[in-house]
Formats: sequence, structure tokens, C-alpha cells
Amino acid sequence: MSLYEHLRHFADSYGLAVIFPLYLTLCLWHFRPGARGHVETAKHSIFKDDHDGQ
Amino acid sequence: MEAVVRRLGVWALVLLAAISAIALTPDSGFAIHMGIVALVAVILIIATLGTYDPLAKAQSIFKMPPGPSRYDDDVVRWGVIATMFWGLSGLLAGVFIAAQLAFPDLNLEPYLNFGRVRPLHTSAVIFAFGGNALLATSFYVVQRTCRTTLAFPGMARFVFWGYQLFIVLAATGYLLGITQSKEYAEPEWYVDLWLTIVWLAYLAVFVGTILRRHEPHIYVANWFYLAFIVTIAMLHVVNNLAVPVSFLGSRSYSAFAGVQDALTQWWYGHNAVGFFLTAGFLAMMYYFVPKQAGRPVYSYRLSIIHFWSLIFLYIWAGPHHLHYTALPDWAQTLGMVFSIMLWMPSWGGMINGLMTLNGAWDKVRTDPIIRMMVLALAFYGMSTFEGPMLSIKAVNSLSHYTDWTIGHVHSGALGWNGMITFACVYYLVPRLWQKERLYSLRMINWHFWLATLGIVFYAASMWVAGITQGLMWREYGSDGYLVNSFVDTVSALHLMYVARAFGGILYLTGAVIMAYNIWMTIAGKQRAEAPMGDTAHDEAADRPILHEPAAQPAE
Repeated sequence: MSLYEHLRHFADSYGLAVIFPLYLTLCLWHFRPGARGHVETAKHSIFKDDHDGQ
Repeated sequence: MEAVVRRLGVWALVLLAAISAIALTPDSGFAIHMGIVALVAVILIIATLGTYDPLAKAQSIFKMPPGPSRYDDDVVRWGVIATMFWGLSGLLAGVFIAAQLAFPDLNLEPYLNFGRVRPLHTSAVIFAFGGNALLATSFYVVQRTCRTTLAFPGMARFVFWGYQLFIVLAATGYLLGITQSKEYAEPEWYVDLWLTIVWLAYLAVFVGTILRRHEPHIYVANWFYLAFIVTIAMLHVVNNLAVPVSFLGSRSYSAFAGVQDALTQWWYGHNAVGFFLTAGFLAMMYYFVPKQAGRPVYSYRLSIIHFWSLIFLYIWAGPHHLHYTALPDWAQTLGMVFSIMLWMPSWGGMINGLMTLNGAWDKVRTDPIIRMMVLALAFYGMSTFEGPMLSIKAVNSLSHYTDWTIGHVHSGALGWNGMITFACVYYLVPRLWQKERLYSLRMINWHFWLATLGIVFYAASMWVAGITQGLMWREYGSDGYLVNSFVDTVSALHLMYVARAFGGILYLTGAVIMAYNIWMTIAGKQRAEAPMGDTAHDEAADRPILHEPAAQPAE
């Protein structure tokens, strides 16, 4: 097989098997139990300094 | 003193190299570019030698507050001014080429013909206007959200001025006919190398600032900015791999050939849209919309899903620019499928932005900046719906190479990128120049409606023009020949081209009003005007009707 074929089959087998779960993990990470507090803090963090540092 | 001498030596060497390049090159365009480099070196030598400080002089022209502020905002202020200047230039170039398409006599050969001014327009609005807005806002936001000053202040200034030099070299190059003929990547090899240096410095400043943050969490806007900076670095380097014909000339040849070159170009081109015009501007949206609304983003978790989905999906969507070409069929289908999948996270992001106003919708009526942001989000939604639709092969067979594509690009660029940038500049200027408020809120209202009407004229005329073109091109007669010649379609579109140019003039007029408003704000003036959103109140009429016994006539 040519290099092209090798890369192509690597991409649609191992590549896909790694990238797709990685994507799901990154998306769902902030839904894990115990993340609620962190998410709330991050969400409001931009209002801590209301004078914009001027 | 030693440092001054060393710096002088470096600038003198640059000057010497530029002069020798001018003397040795047979290429006049390259010589002019080296002349610009030499001029920069001379200015730097004069600035280093004397007590004359051109930067301080220019700062006083633009009335920048002297002395250190809590955050390092000097480069942000320069970025805002550059955004306004390049925005006006880019829009003016756009109106000019729109008029050229309607009235071909306006093609002033050779320097101002359509082929040379068109890349000047696209680069000016995307890289000069949009790029400076991204530079300015990213330096503003990263400092506030990380509660720290910029990591390498000197390098941040180099990033700003180096980027302006890139813009000047690119723009003059287009007019002189220096181009490597890759859409949105026209600058030649030496300008590309310069941009690579500037961009890596930008990355260093941004990452350095994040590393010295005093907040435990990195706010989501910075994720988008970082994705934009890292991805653009990667795209720029790979797509511009080329071999110069000579080190003393502007020509180069791409490292790729044929369909590989085309795919690399559109992998670059579409991700420039995805990461320059989408991720970077979403970063602005995720910081400035909540700040202006005074409410946190609707769902922080949705913003994270939005982020990762864009990262994982966008990078595969490029092949939809090459439907029905020599590109393998599976790659075309891959591009189409990923483009359609992108619709979901895009709308998730739009809904997230709009729902941030949940419970504060009255601000759309009273706050013209919020109104601009809402319109920007609406256009983000509209163009991210239209884009996946156009990427479907059956639709693309009608729309591709027609003005429909131009209309789609401009609904995104004028509606989403333009409006969110204007809103952010309106937000930033009073804060950066320490003014109580903008010169005029009512002028923002004028700007808003002129821009909206301009986009309507632009998008509607291009839909009609594009579909007309697509249908006329594919029309066969009963004898199997094409019914229309190309020039038939051109004359059929004349009215639409005039309507498009009119839309552009409206949009430019709005931007001119903005420039005046910003200029007067910086000058410290406040326009005497009735506040927005005041409802009329008649105190005298605000009382119940009392039943007064009517006088009874005596019988």
C-alpha cells in the first residue's frame, strides 16, 4: 500500500477511535458531578472587576 | 547608552540590507517594498537617536491618557484607532470595486483595476479591520479576565506595529501586482515570513499573559482567542509553503501542485473563515455581550460545547469549496457532511449569545450597543445556516461561482463581523480614553439602521443576482446548446450590481458616522441630546377621570 493508503486507513480507524471519544470527553467534562461550582464561578468571573481597571 | 548604540547598529544593518536589495533587484515591486522597509528603518534610527519620540507625539494627537493605567491599554488604544482607519479604507475599497462591476469604466488601469483592488478590499476588511479588532480586544480581554498586565509589553507593541507593516506591504503589493494568487493568502513569501514572526510574537504575548494570570479559571473567551491564534499560525505556515525564485525578487512557487494545492488552499481558506472570522469574533462576543448586558452568559457549559465542536468540526469543512472538481469524491462529501454538522454548534452559540439577554430584552430598545450585538448574533445565525446549505452538493451546483456566494460572505462579514466589532469599539472607547460616555448614543442608532439597510440591499441583490446567474449558466436549449452567453448574464445583473453598490454606500456612511462619533468622544465632547428609550410621560394626564356630577338644568 502507498503512504496515502496507509494514512487514509489510519485516519478512519485509530484516528477516528481516538478523536471522537476525545471530543465527547472534552464536551462532557464540565457536566461531571462537582463541576457545577467551578462553572458558576467561571461564568461570573468577568464581573469581579466592574470598573474595567480604569 | 550601549543599548542605544546596539539598537542603532541593528537598524543601520536593516537599512543597508534594504538599500542593497533595492540596488540589486530587477523587480520594481520588490524594490518599492524594500524602500518601505528602508523608510521604517530610517524612522526607527531617528527615533532612537534624538529625544524626538514620534510615538509620544502621535499619542498626544489622539489624546491618549498619559501615564500607566492599571492595565496595559496603550496597545489596545492603538488597535482601536487602527481598526477604525482600516475599516473605513476597506469599506471604501469595497464600494469602489462594487461600482466597478456595475460601471466597468471605473477600472483604472493598471493599478486600480478590479483584479488588484479586490484583494486589497478583502485583505483590508478581514486582516486589517478584523485583525486589528482581534488584536485590540484580545489584549483587552486577556488582561481583564486573567487580572494581570500583558506578559511582554515591548513584544506586544512589536506585534501591533509589525502587523501594520505587514498590512502596508500586503496592500501596496496588491496594487503593484505582487501576488501569489491564493485567495486570502495573496502576499508573497517575504511578507509571509514577516507575518509568521509577528504572529509567533503575538502567541508568546497571549500565552505568557495567560500563564501569569491571577484567576484560577481561564475564561472561555480566551479559549476562543487562543484557538484563533494557534490555528491561524498553523494555517498560514502550511498554506504559504513556497519556494522563492530569487531572494531578490517577489515571485515564488507553491510547494504543492494541482489538486493538492487547491485542497491546501481551501483547507486554509475555510479555516481562515472558521478561526479568524468566527472563533476570534466569538471570543469578543463571549466577553463583550455579557459585559454590555450586565448579565453572565446564558450557559457557560453550552459555550464550552460550542468551542470544542467548532474546533473538532471546522477543520474538515474546507473541501466544500471544491465540489465537482478533481478532488476525490469522498473528500468532497466529507467536507459537505462536516459543514452540515457545523450548523448545530453555530446555532447553539447564537442561542447562547441571544439568551444572555433573557430578562433584559428591554435593553434592545434603550441600548443601541446591545441592539448591534443582537443583530450581529442574528447574522451569525443566518450565515451559519446559509453556509451549510450552500455546501450541499445539489445546492452548490447552482450557487457555486455565482454572486450568491458573495452575498453569503457579506451577510457574515458585514452582519456578524462588522456589527460585533462596531459594538465592541463603542464599548471600548469611553473606557479606554476614560470618558464618562460616548459623544452620542443617537448616532449609534443612525449607524445601526444605515448598516442594517445596507446589508439588506447587499444580501437581497446578491441572492437575486446569484440565482439568476446560476440558472442562466445552466440553461440548455432543445438543441443541447447553452442558451446564454456569459455576457448575457453580466448585462442581466446590472441593476443588481447597482443595488449592491448602493447597499455598500449605506454601510460605509454608517461607518463614517461612527468614525465621527469616536473622534468626538476621544476629543472629550458630549453631544446634547435626548436620552434613548425615554417614554413620553404627561404628568397632567396621569390621573383618573373623576365623576363630577353634571349640573342638572332646572325644569
